[in-house]
Amino acid sequence: MPVKILYFAWVREKTGKAEEMVDLPAGVATVAELITWLKGRGPEYAEAFARAHVIRAAINQTHVQPTASLAGAREIAFFPPVTGG
Amino acid sequence: MSVRVQHEDFDIGAEVKRLTAGRTDIGAVVTFTGVVRGESDGSGIAGMTLEHYPGMTESELASVEAEAAARWPLQASSIIHRVGRLAPGDNIVLVVTASAHRQAAFAAAEFLMDYLKTRAPFWKKEAGPDGGRWVDARESDDDALARWERSASMPTSPSHRVKRAP
Repeated sequence: MPVKILYFAWVREKTGKAEEMVDLPAGVATVAELITWLKGRGPEYAEAFARAHVIRAAINQTHVQPTASLAGAREIAFFPPVTGG
Repeated sequence: MSVRVQHEDFDIGAEVKRLTAGRTDIGAVVTFTGVVRGESDGSGIAGMTLEHYPGMTESELASVEAEAAARWPLQASSIIHRVGRLAPGDNIVLVVTASAHRQAAFAAAEFLMDYLKTRAPFWKKEAGPDGGRWVDARESDDDALARWERSASMPTSPSHRVKRAP
Protein backbone atom coordinates (compact mmCIF):
# COMPACT_ATOMS: atom_id res chain seq x y z
CA MET A 1 0.00 0.00 0.00
CA PRO A 2 1.40 3.43 -0.86
CA VAL A 3 2.28 5.78 2.00
CA LYS A 4 2.80 9.50 1.92
CA ILE A 5 6.29 10.62 2.93
CA LEU A 6 6.84 14.23 3.97
CA TYR A 7 10.13 16.11 4.32
CA PHE A 8 10.65 19.33 6.24
CA ALA A 9 13.30 22.05 6.63
CA TRP A 10 16.77 21.00 5.42
CA VAL A 11 15.63 17.42 4.82
CA ARG A 12 13.11 18.85 2.31
CA GLU A 13 15.75 21.07 0.72
CA LYS A 14 18.19 18.19 0.31
CA THR A 15 15.72 15.68 -1.09
CA GLY A 16 14.33 18.41 -3.31
CA LYS A 17 10.74 17.54 -2.50
CA ALA A 18 8.20 18.31 0.19
CA GLU A 19 6.24 15.08 -0.19
CA GLU A 20 5.83 11.98 -2.30
CA MET A 21 3.84 8.76 -2.43
CA VAL A 22 5.97 5.65 -1.99
CA ASP A 23 5.25 1.92 -2.18
CA LEU A 24 7.17 0.42 0.70
CA PRO A 25 9.17 -2.58 -0.47
CA ALA A 26 8.98 -5.88 1.36
CA GLY A 27 11.51 -6.03 4.17
CA VAL A 28 11.19 -2.36 5.10
CA ALA A 29 9.37 -2.61 8.41
CA THR A 30 10.79 0.14 10.63
CA VAL A 31 11.67 3.82 10.41
CA ALA A 32 15.40 3.00 10.45
CA GLU A 33 14.95 0.48 7.62
CA LEU A 34 13.00 3.04 5.62
CA ILE A 35 15.83 5.55 6.02
CA THR A 36 18.35 2.98 4.81
CA TRP A 37 16.15 2.20 1.80
CA LEU A 38 15.59 5.88 0.99
CA LYS A 39 19.36 6.52 1.07
CA GLY A 40 19.73 4.06 -1.79
CA ARG A 41 17.27 5.91 -4.02
CA GLY A 42 19.69 8.58 -5.19
CA PRO A 43 22.45 10.99 -4.22
CA GLU A 44 19.98 13.61 -2.98
CA TYR A 45 18.50 11.09 -0.52
CA ALA A 46 21.94 9.86 0.51
CA GLU A 47 22.87 13.49 1.25
CA ALA A 48 19.61 14.27 3.07
CA PHE A 49 19.94 11.22 5.33
CA ALA A 50 23.74 11.23 5.67
CA ARG A 51 23.45 12.28 9.31
CA ALA A 52 20.62 9.84 10.02
CA HIS A 53 21.11 10.08 13.79
CA VAL A 54 19.97 13.72 13.87
CA ILE A 55 16.87 13.14 11.77
CA ARG A 56 13.57 12.88 13.60
CA ALA A 57 10.54 11.00 12.36
CA ALA A 58 6.80 11.02 12.84
CA ILE A 59 4.23 8.40 11.84
CA ASN A 60 0.67 9.60 11.32
CA GLN A 61 1.73 12.94 12.87
CA THR A 62 3.10 11.45 16.10
CA HIS A 63 6.78 11.51 17.11
CA VAL A 64 8.41 8.07 16.87
CA GLN A 65 11.80 6.46 17.44
CA PRO A 66 13.89 4.89 14.63
CA THR A 67 12.88 1.45 15.86
CA ALA A 68 9.17 2.20 15.38
CA SER A 69 7.18 -0.15 13.15
CA LEU A 70 5.71 1.18 9.92
CA ALA A 71 2.63 -1.02 10.30
CA GLY A 72 -0.46 1.14 9.95
CA ALA A 73 1.51 4.14 8.69
CA ARG A 74 -0.40 6.35 6.26
CA GLU A 75 1.89 9.36 6.58
CA ILE A 76 5.57 9.31 7.53
CA ALA A 77 7.53 12.51 8.05
CA PHE A 78 11.28 13.19 8.32
CA PHE A 79 12.69 16.40 9.74
CA PRO A 80 15.54 17.92 11.77
CA PRO A 81 15.19 18.50 15.53
CA VAL A 82 12.51 21.14 16.01
CA THR A 83 13.44 24.78 16.65
CA GLY A 84 10.21 26.66 17.29
CA GLY A 85 9.33 28.95 20.18
CA MET B 1 -7.75 26.01 25.94
CA SER B 2 -6.88 27.12 22.45
CA VAL B 3 -4.10 26.71 19.93
CA ARG B 4 -3.49 28.84 16.85
CA VAL B 5 -0.83 28.78 14.12
CA GLN B 6 -0.94 31.90 12.00
CA HIS B 7 1.04 34.25 9.78
CA GLU B 8 -0.34 37.46 11.27
CA ASP B 9 0.81 39.17 14.46
CA PHE B 10 -1.12 38.90 17.72
CA ASP B 11 -2.27 41.48 20.26
CA ILE B 12 -1.26 40.38 23.74
CA GLY B 13 -3.86 42.53 25.48
CA ALA B 14 -6.64 41.25 23.25
CA GLU B 15 -5.59 37.64 23.85
CA VAL B 16 -5.60 38.12 27.63
CA LYS B 17 -9.05 39.69 27.43
CA ARG B 18 -10.27 36.79 25.33
CA LEU B 19 -9.32 34.42 28.16
CA THR B 20 -10.61 36.46 31.07
CA ALA B 21 -13.74 38.09 29.64
CA GLY B 22 -16.80 37.46 31.77
CA ARG B 23 -14.96 35.32 34.31
CA THR B 24 -14.41 35.94 38.02
CA ASP B 25 -12.62 32.70 38.89
CA ILE B 26 -9.24 33.85 37.50
CA GLY B 27 -6.83 35.42 39.94
CA ALA B 28 -3.62 35.29 37.91
CA VAL B 29 -2.70 35.62 34.25
CA VAL B 30 0.82 34.96 32.99
CA THR B 31 1.90 35.75 29.44
CA PHE B 32 5.12 34.77 27.71
CA THR B 33 6.06 36.34 24.38
CA GLY B 34 8.90 35.09 22.21
CA VAL B 35 10.46 37.74 19.94
CA VAL B 36 12.86 37.52 16.98
CA ARG B 37 16.37 38.64 18.02
CA GLY B 38 18.39 40.71 15.58
CA GLU B 39 21.52 38.67 16.10
CA SER B 40 22.42 35.00 16.23
CA ASP B 41 25.74 33.63 17.52
CA GLY B 42 27.29 37.08 17.29
CA SER B 43 26.23 37.97 13.76
CA GLY B 44 23.29 40.04 12.63
CA ILE B 45 20.31 38.47 10.94
CA ALA B 46 17.91 40.15 8.52
CA GLY B 47 15.00 38.00 9.61
CA MET B 48 13.82 34.42 9.61
CA THR B 49 11.31 32.09 8.03
CA LEU B 50 9.36 29.67 10.19
CA GLU B 51 8.25 26.43 8.59
CA HIS B 52 5.92 23.93 10.27
CA TYR B 53 4.09 20.64 9.79
CA PRO B 54 0.42 21.57 9.36
CA GLY B 55 -1.79 19.19 11.28
CA MET B 56 0.90 17.73 13.49
CA THR B 57 1.78 21.18 14.84
CA GLU B 58 -1.75 21.80 16.03
CA SER B 59 -2.11 18.33 17.54
CA GLU B 60 1.25 18.57 19.37
CA LEU B 61 0.39 22.00 20.76
CA ALA B 62 -3.03 20.76 21.86
CA SER B 63 -1.51 17.75 23.61
CA VAL B 64 1.08 19.93 25.36
CA GLU B 65 -1.74 22.19 26.50
CA ALA B 66 -3.77 19.22 27.74
CA GLU B 67 -0.71 17.97 29.64
CA ALA B 68 -0.36 21.35 31.37
CA ALA B 69 -4.06 21.34 32.25
CA ALA B 70 -3.65 17.88 33.77
CA ARG B 71 -0.70 19.02 35.92
CA TRP B 72 -1.94 22.39 37.16
CA PRO B 73 -5.33 23.85 38.04
CA LEU B 74 -5.61 26.15 35.03
CA GLN B 75 -8.77 28.10 34.33
CA ALA B 76 -7.73 28.79 30.76
CA SER B 77 -4.72 28.80 28.45
CA SER B 78 -3.80 29.81 24.96
CA ILE B 79 -0.88 29.19 22.59
CA ILE B 80 -0.34 31.22 19.43
CA HIS B 81 2.65 30.51 17.17
CA ARG B 82 3.47 32.48 14.04
CA VAL B 83 4.85 31.02 10.80
CA GLY B 84 6.26 32.51 7.60
CA ARG B 85 8.60 35.49 7.25
CA LEU B 86 9.46 37.36 10.43
CA ALA B 87 11.75 40.35 11.01
CA PRO B 88 13.89 41.18 14.05
CA GLY B 89 11.61 42.56 16.75
CA ASP B 90 8.57 40.64 15.50
CA ASN B 91 6.59 38.45 17.87
CA ILE B 92 6.99 34.68 17.31
CA VAL B 93 5.03 32.96 20.02
CA LEU B 94 2.55 33.78 22.77
CA VAL B 95 1.64 31.59 25.72
CA VAL B 96 -1.07 32.74 28.11
CA THR B 97 -2.04 30.83 31.24
CA ALA B 98 -4.78 31.77 33.69
CA SER B 99 -5.34 30.29 37.11
CA ALA B 100 -6.84 31.13 40.48
CA HIS B 101 -3.36 31.70 41.92
CA ARG B 102 -0.06 32.76 40.42
CA GLN B 103 2.05 29.65 41.08
CA ALA B 104 0.11 27.45 38.69
CA ALA B 105 -0.01 30.13 36.00
CA PHE B 106 3.77 30.80 36.20
CA ALA B 107 4.73 27.12 36.24
CA ALA B 108 2.34 26.12 33.47
CA ALA B 109 3.53 28.92 31.18
CA GLU B 110 7.14 27.79 31.58
CA PHE B 111 6.18 24.16 31.08
CA LEU B 112 4.25 24.99 27.90
CA MET B 113 7.23 26.82 26.42
CA ASP B 114 9.71 24.08 27.35
CA TYR B 115 7.50 21.42 25.80
CA LEU B 116 6.65 23.46 22.75
CA LYS B 117 10.32 24.07 22.00
CA THR B 118 11.20 20.37 21.96
CA ARG B 119 8.00 18.80 20.56
CA ALA B 120 6.10 21.16 18.27
CA PRO B 121 7.26 20.71 14.64
CA PHE B 122 8.50 24.20 13.79
CA TRP B 123 11.81 25.00 12.09
CA LYS B 124 13.53 28.38 11.89
CA LYS B 125 15.68 29.43 8.96
CA GLU B 126 17.63 32.62 9.56
CA ALA B 127 18.44 35.04 6.78
CA GLY B 128 21.95 36.37 7.43
CA PRO B 129 24.77 38.01 5.49
CA ASP B 130 25.85 34.59 4.13
CA GLY B 131 22.38 33.55 3.01
CA GLY B 132 19.98 31.24 4.78
CA ARG B 133 20.89 29.03 7.73
CA TRP B 134 18.69 26.49 9.50
CA VAL B 135 18.82 27.04 13.23
CA ASP B 136 20.25 24.11 15.21
CA ALA B 137 18.34 22.69 18.14
CA ARG B 138 19.88 23.59 21.48
CA GLU B 139 20.82 21.02 24.08
CA SER B 140 19.73 23.51 26.71
CA ASP B 141 16.16 23.09 25.44
CA ASP B 142 16.35 19.35 26.13
CA ASP B 143 17.76 20.12 29.57
CA ALA B 144 14.88 22.51 30.22
CA LEU B 145 12.45 19.75 29.32
CA ALA B 146 14.19 17.15 31.44
CA ARG B 147 13.64 19.05 34.68
CA TRP B 148 9.86 18.57 34.30
CA GLU B 149 10.46 14.84 34.29
CA ARG B 150 12.69 14.58 37.33
CA SER B 151 11.05 17.20 39.53
CA ALA B 152 7.56 17.26 40.89
CA SER B 153 5.74 20.10 39.21
CA MET B 154 4.32 22.77 41.46
CA PRO B 155 1.88 23.16 42.96
CA THR B 156 0.12 19.91 42.16
CA SER B 157 2.49 17.08 41.47
CA PRO B 158 1.69 14.50 38.83
CA SER B 159 1.98 10.82 39.58
CA HIS B 160 2.88 9.98 36.01
CA ARG B 161 5.94 10.67 33.92
CA VAL B 162 5.72 12.59 30.70
CA LYS B 163 7.02 11.05 27.53
CA ARG B 164 10.34 12.47 26.51
CA ALA B 165 10.61 14.03 23.07
CA PRO B 166 12.58 11.75 20.76
